[in-house]
This record gives sequence, C-alpha cells and structure tokens, in this order.
Amino acid sequence: MALEDKKRIESLDPRISRAHLSGGNHEDMTGLLHFQTYEVFHQNKRGAQHKHVGIVHAPNSDMALLYAKEQYARREQTANIWVAPSSCISATEYADDDIFTTTPEKLYRNPATYKVMDRIQAFKERGMTPSDEV
Amino acid sequence: MNNIDALKELLYKMADDQLIIGHRNSEWNGLGPILEEDIAFSSMAQDKMGQSEHLYNLLNQLGEADADTVAFTRNAPQFHCSHLVELPIGGYDFSLIRHFLFDFAEYLRFEALKTSAYQPLAQVAKKFFGEVKYHTMHANTWVYQLGHGNEESNGKMQESLNFAWDYALGMFEPGPAEEMLINENIFIGEEALQAKWLEVVIPLLEKSNLVIPEKSSWAPIYGGRTGNHTAHLQPLLSEMTEVYSIDPSADW
Repeated sequence: MALEDKKRIESLDPRISRAHLSGGNHEDMTGLLHFQTYEVFHQNKRGAQHKHVGIVHAPNSDMALLYAKEQYARREQTANIWVAPSSCISATEYADDDIFTTTPEKLYRNPATYKVMDRIQAFKERGMTPSDEV
Repeated sequence: MNNIDALKELLYKMADDQLIIGHRNSEWNGLGPILEEDIAFSSMAQDKMGQSEHLYNLLNQLGEADADTVAFTRNAPQFHCSHLVELPIGGYDFSLIRHFLFDFAEYLRFEALKTSAYQPLAQVAKKFFGEVKYHTMHANTWVYQLGHGNEESNGKMQESLNFAWDYALGMFEPGPAEEMLINENIFIGEEALQAKWLEVVIPLLEKSNLVIPEKSSWAPIYGGRTGNHTAHLQPLLSEMTEVYSIDPSADW
C-alpha cells in the first residue's frame, strides 16, 4: 500500500473504541465530534533528541501542549516539548515488515566491524587532531 | 501590630488561599471533562497545597504551630482566605474563571515577592514562580478557548465572570499593617497588586471575547482576611480535616 493511502487517525478516544457491551444504558457517542490526538515528543535537556512518549487528546495544539506538560513532564526533567497531530504521521504497514528482515544479516554495515580505535588512540597519543593530518 | 505580625498576616492569607483553592479544585478529581484535563487540574490543585505547606513552614519559623496543626486544627473564623476560594466548584465554567482570576493574582504576587526584602519569602516565590506561570497558561488557554467557542460557551463564561468579579476584587482586601511591609520592601501592598492584576487580566479577558463588568458597579467582597467567611468554608474544613480529627498521628 502506498504511503499516501494511509488513513488519517481520526481519534484514539476510548469512548469510540471501547467494547460495545450489550445491555445497560450506554449513550452512543460514536457520532459525536471527538478531539483528535496529538503525538507528544519530550526533550530532557537542550540539544538532546526529542523522544516520542505518547499521545494526548486535545482540540488544538495549544491545549495539546498544556496537556503534554502535565501528562509527560510533571515527573521528568524537561527542557522542551513538541506536539504534532497524529494525522500528520505517516507509517509503514506491519504487513510490510519483511522489508526490514534482512537488516540483522548485514553485519558488515555495523560500525563495530571497522577497526579504527587503534588509529584514534594513536592520534590521541601524538596529541594531534584529525585536521593536522590533512 | 508590629512588623512580624504584619508579615504573618501576609503569609497566612497567601497560604490559606492556596490551601483552600487547592482543596476546592481537587474536588474535580475524577470528574474532569476529559482525562487529560482531569490530570492537569488535579496536578495543579496538588501544586497549590504544596505551596501552602512551604508558607506554613515559614510561619512555623516565625513561632506559629507546625504546618499540619495550622492546616488541620483551625476553624473557619481563624482562616484568612478570601471568599473567592471558598465558593463551591460550581460548573466547570466557574471553576475555570476562578482559576484564571486567582492564578493571575498569585502569579503577580509571586513576581513582586521575588524581590522581597524578607529572603525566605523571596526564595519561596522564586521556587514556585514557574509552577504558577504554568497555572496561568492553563487558565488563559481555557478561557480563550471557551470565550471563542460558541454562544453557549461564551455565555457561560461571561455569566461566571460576572458572578466571580466582585469576589475576585475581594482578594485584594488591604491588610491592617501593610504600610510596614511596604516601607520595609517586604511586599508592594494589595492596592498596587490589584492595579497590576487589572492591567493584566482585563486585556486577556477582552481578547477572549468577554466583557468586564462596568467599573461603577464594582463592589469588592471583603471579610475573608479578618475571619468573616461564607457558609461554604466550615463544611469544606470539616471534610478536609476528617482523617486528622479521627487520628492526628495518621500517616498517609
């Protein structure tokens, strides 16, 4: 499936996705307007990468930032937070996860294979920087 | 009244306001409009209680009883909180408007106290400034959102604002010996604080499509600072102190 065909994630609101149990007096809320979800990215200090930590429901990005702060930053050291509508995220299909399967066999792509530490060590011992060699 | 008494009066009214609004706002715990808001509002209520504890500790250093004793053993007439914070939570519209009016006042109070000549208080103000700043961001974002929502949301917010306005002005009831605090650069005084607050909240409320009550009708509701409270405070205190009353040594 082409990435452009991805369906927009409308809402992860549990009122929509919860089990439809028979009996009881459940109000049908599926037809109502629900908040969209925002993906939250948390940075613990300046310069570090933002890491995905979860989602919040919110009507807009201002409210999403307010909620992201309380859900994901009230117990963590935090420098910065990003939010982005879940619908902006494009993802691969799990059905296509065979595209990743050859990776473990390509050990030659692993930098550990290259023996460079002795040369770096030699540089350090000579008190040189890489630019000196040029 | 000497200057220590004047300082205690300032600390008591700040701490009592925080404790009572913290308790009130925690009543939304589990009932918030959505999960995220429930967590955020409860977390801010906890912040308020934490702030009050720090101020009660300062009072303790000035010779008052320890924080738990002053928080849990006084009756309504011994509290110095404003009527605004005692009122029941009402609907979410009222709770948000109160949160907005109260937290901007607290934000500006802390901002002024950051340079207080009374160092322990200046340190508390600096420590909690960021926390209170978030509370104002939360309040203002909600008020803006509902002020611009639709006719119903705007109408409810306007009605709550009209109701809360005179109570909010009551937060700035002048203290009996404020001159001493002003002269010693401990605190700028309630009148100056109210002027700063009006300068900040009026433009924000107008940006949120809300109308400030006509100035000629303003009638601040005083009394809380001197122990004259609404009928709502004592039931709140009875509930808040229920566990402590059964077992003062209870730990939880």
